[in-house]
Amino acid sequence: MQKLKGFAILGNMDFNLSPEQELLRKTVREFAEQEIKPLAFDLNQKEECSIEVIQKMGDLGLMGMTVSPEYGGQGFDPLSYIIAIEEIARVDGSHAATVAAHNGLGLSPIYYFGNEQQKRRYLPDLCAGKALWGFGLTEPEAGSDAGNSQTVAKWVHGEWLINGRKIFITNASTSITRGSTVQAVTGRRPDGHPEISCILVEQNAAGFTAKPMHHKLVWRASNTSELYFEDVRVPEANLLGKRGEGFKMMLQTLDGGRLAIAAMGLGGAQGALEEALKYSQQRKTFGKHLAEHQTIAFYLAEMQTEIEAARSLLYRACWLKGEGKPFGNFAAMAKLYCSEVMKRVAHKAVQIHGGYGLMEEFPVARFYRDQRLLEIGEGASEVQKMVISRHLLRGQ
Amino acid sequence: MNIVVCMKQVPDTETKIRLKEGNGGIQTDGVKWIINPYCEFAVEEALRIRERNGGQGTVTLVCMGPDRAVESIRTALAMGVDKAIHLNDPLFEGSDNFGVAKILARAIQTIPHDIILCGKQAVDDDASQVPQILAEQLNIPHVMVVEKMEVDVANKKVTTSRRIEGGAKEVLEVPLPAVFGADKGMNEPRYASLPGIMKAKSKEVKKVTAADLGLKPEEIGVAAAKVKIQAYSLPPERQAGKKIEGGDPAQVAHELAKWLREEARVI
Repeated sequence: MQKLKGFAILGNMDFNLSPEQELLRKTVREFAEQEIKPLAFDLNQKEECSIEVIQKMGDLGLMGMTVSPEYGGQGFDPLSYIIAIEEIARVDGSHAATVAAHNGLGLSPIYYFGNEQQKRRYLPDLCAGKALWGFGLTEPEAGSDAGNSQTVAKWVHGEWLINGRKIFITNASTSITRGSTVQAVTGRRPDGHPEISCILVEQNAAGFTAKPMHHKLVWRASNTSELYFEDVRVPEANLLGKRGEGFKMMLQTLDGGRLAIAAMGLGGAQGALEEALKYSQQRKTFGKHLAEHQTIAFYLAEMQTEIEAARSLLYRACWLKGEGKPFGNFAAMAKLYCSEVMKRVAHKAVQIHGGYGLMEEFPVARFYRDQRLLEIGEGASEVQKMVISRHLLRGQ
Repeated sequence: MNIVVCMKQVPDTETKIRLKEGNGGIQTDGVKWIINPYCEFAVEEALRIRERNGGQGTVTLVCMGPDRAVESIRTALAMGVDKAIHLNDPLFEGSDNFGVAKILARAIQTIPHDIILCGKQAVDDDASQVPQILAEQLNIPHVMVVEKMEVDVANKKVTTSRRIEGGAKEVLEVPLPAVFGADKGMNEPRYASLPGIMKAKSKEVKKVTAADLGLKPEEIGVAAAKVKIQAYSLPPERQAGKKIEGGDPAQVAHELAKWLREEARVI
């Protein structure tokens, strides 16, 4: 299209992706379609988290995207990372979850808060996809209200003695998991609130058990775990960051993690739309293709519009992060909106498929199921609204 | 070992081809462009030859095409190609296969080359002529439809295996430098990896024009084309299948034979 002439360009709004970002999208899309799509149905049916696929994703460079090359990562910007998650989610939510949890929750805390020794010890293998790392935050009785944590680490004879339990921890019990970052109460603060710290627990620590959880509604081809700590002894060197800063580190980690959940909403919505678009041009009812019925065509138009709005919001949040500006509020809005857009889009995509949409053989059924996590994980939609409204009211 | 890969950007094989009004060729707007799949085998083979050779040598990509070809060049660089020459000049447009080979030959003469890898054909015009003419222009041997290559670096020769009629294989030994036309089955091209994408940012893409190669306007492009395209037409639309009904097999067979002879005129 010809550029408008005679207008002075004020400001620097630029919606172009860089050539590298375009190429990245193309590469990840091709990879996802060729290496993940053909396996997605079977792996989801069998509830199998494929180590083979993880290693292929590692070879491609997906398992250490934003970590600096110094530690074996790829050094990509936040938006590039989000584009990669979006493209995997367009094909399968479980695999997007594996990659997002690993990058955002597994690697990030070590990369951002770890000391040099910890980074050198863990990051290279994690970035190569040779090993996975969990992020142990949620407990049976504590999620977003992390202050209610029951997992306790006591300082005994120069070691941390950990007791407690974690639940719903992604990537924490595969055959290649090397350990988890565990949030634990390490004491009481002067104001009476619990003092929370993060401790790195390796998989082979005595008294530590990681057990896969099965029969999930969502993300059936991703590994979800329960962690049990019974007098687990961990050396002092495994404390991540400063003692008592665990809560702060967790919040920062989640801000980034929310962008990834939003990307899964965006990518999943895109995938569901494309399936619906294809199906609506194949299947005929009342003598014409579904897409030729105005009702269906309008569904498709609504889906597309919402997806583009979601993409703009999410990319803007990533842009803020990349610019080093505060992005927590935008991350919350993007997470809230993208996950709800996927809900509406997947719902319509199933509707367009009719009875077939209820069958797992049709990817829309999986998109519909997988969507449900996005409104719950890494802070439920209601928690996002708490975050957003606080920003709004504080800003008055 | 210096390896040169010639690459062409072509419309995605799933593109629905539409023609321009008149005789202007195909409509290129809205087309998704990809690396010609046979050229992709050539890129992969070049990278593998270098890897087998302990990483020694340079892989240079030579690509003729307009600005949009940069995207495919970047993909090849991200796969691991070291540098690229982008032959980009409006004067090149309308070149026939002879003209393309001539321009490629000029460019390749300016760089060290032991092995020149091409796709055996491009999936857009399927001409399958450029590699051979290129070899002639450079006055070196060529082998087409290559399935397998074994490079003997010390003795500067390559042993190739190619499919020939009847399912047989022909094994040829060729002294270097030489041109090779890559066939399907040669290898499984890699993805442009994420570290590769980052590295590609700093790789050189040299834009080269006709003037840079010392080619005059009358020597290239439409002006010099020996082949003139008379017309473009789309294949006839597929007709609905014909069903011959009836219970008696002999009668059905008779009708089918009649139809094949009189209507389809294939027997």
